[in-house]
Amino acid sequence: MYLVKVYVTYKESILDPKGEAVNDALHRLGYTNVQSVELGKYFELKLAAGSRPVEAQVDEMCDRLLANVNMETYRYEITELEAL
Amino acid sequence: MIFAVPVFPGSNCDHDMVNALRDVLHAQADLVPATTSDLTAYDAVILPGGFSYGDYLRSGAIARFAPVMTAVQAFAAAGKPVMGICNGFQILTEAGLLPGALQANRSAKFICQTSELVVRNSQTQFTTTYTENQHIQLPIAHGEGNYYCDDATLAELQAHHQIVFEYVDNPNGSVANIAGIINRAGNVLGMMPHPERAVEAILGSTDGLGLFKSLLANQGREVTHA
Repeated sequence: MYLVKVYVTYKESILDPKGEAVNDALHRLGYTNVQSVELGKYFELKLAAGSRPVEAQVDEMCDRLLANVNMETYRYEITELEAL
Repeated sequence: MIFAVPVFPGSNCDHDMVNALRDVLHAQADLVPATTSDLTAYDAVILPGGFSYGDYLRSGAIARFAPVMTAVQAFAAAGKPVMGICNGFQILTEAGLLPGALQANRSAKFICQTSELVVRNSQTQFTTTYTENQHIQLPIAHGEGNYYCDDATLAELQAHHQIVFEYVDNPNGSVANIAGIINRAGNVLGMMPHPERAVEAILGSTDGLGLFKSLLANQGREVTHA
């Protein structure tokens, strides 16, 4: 069993108006030293070991569904969970 | 010409579309469920606006894996006309049937207004009833209609006359004022504005009629869009 943590964020060329809104709100709260806020998506997947390498499967899932590679990039961490 | 209008959970412009096709244009049109896997009985498919699958994850990201989209892929590959309006456009980009992506509006606001557009290509099978550079008024209603593509894709779109509609007063931040594009083969069109909401004088504009009239007029004809 694997625990996969996937982080999806916008490419640099993509506007992030939600991140900017949070940035502005933090400034209004007095945190004026906040330079930027990037808002992304976080997924936690639990995968049973299958016949395919887990990295290849996660890459494919990210490319096909979890991220839109036209405007987003992704990275992930894979941890092997101890079998119970 | 028989139109299929796929209905996804969360579609909300499907009945407006059928109203335009049946009641205004007196064409045959069926609402077909997202579980449909066969569209061979139809001559054209129009993906309607709305919030398919709640727009969870990204607009159109879940809808593109609905069974009907496998049929739409085959339909498009066979050269038959496919049109995506608003959420339908988002689904077509997610499905890879059109290049680019729709990102959040630059203002971070949902925009609901009438927009002035320029018809940049009146040689497509969807636009022959318009004249080149004609200005038309169509409603827009979206939070994520900001068209994005990289520079290489934009150059391709321009080189092959694939930009069909442009905004006069870019409301959402779209690259190159893009409001609607067509694929290279000329049979898949996506646009954020709503032609089906501009088909009767009582709706404020009849400028949307031209798209449907073009499709009906060009059925069975070879139309090159170059």
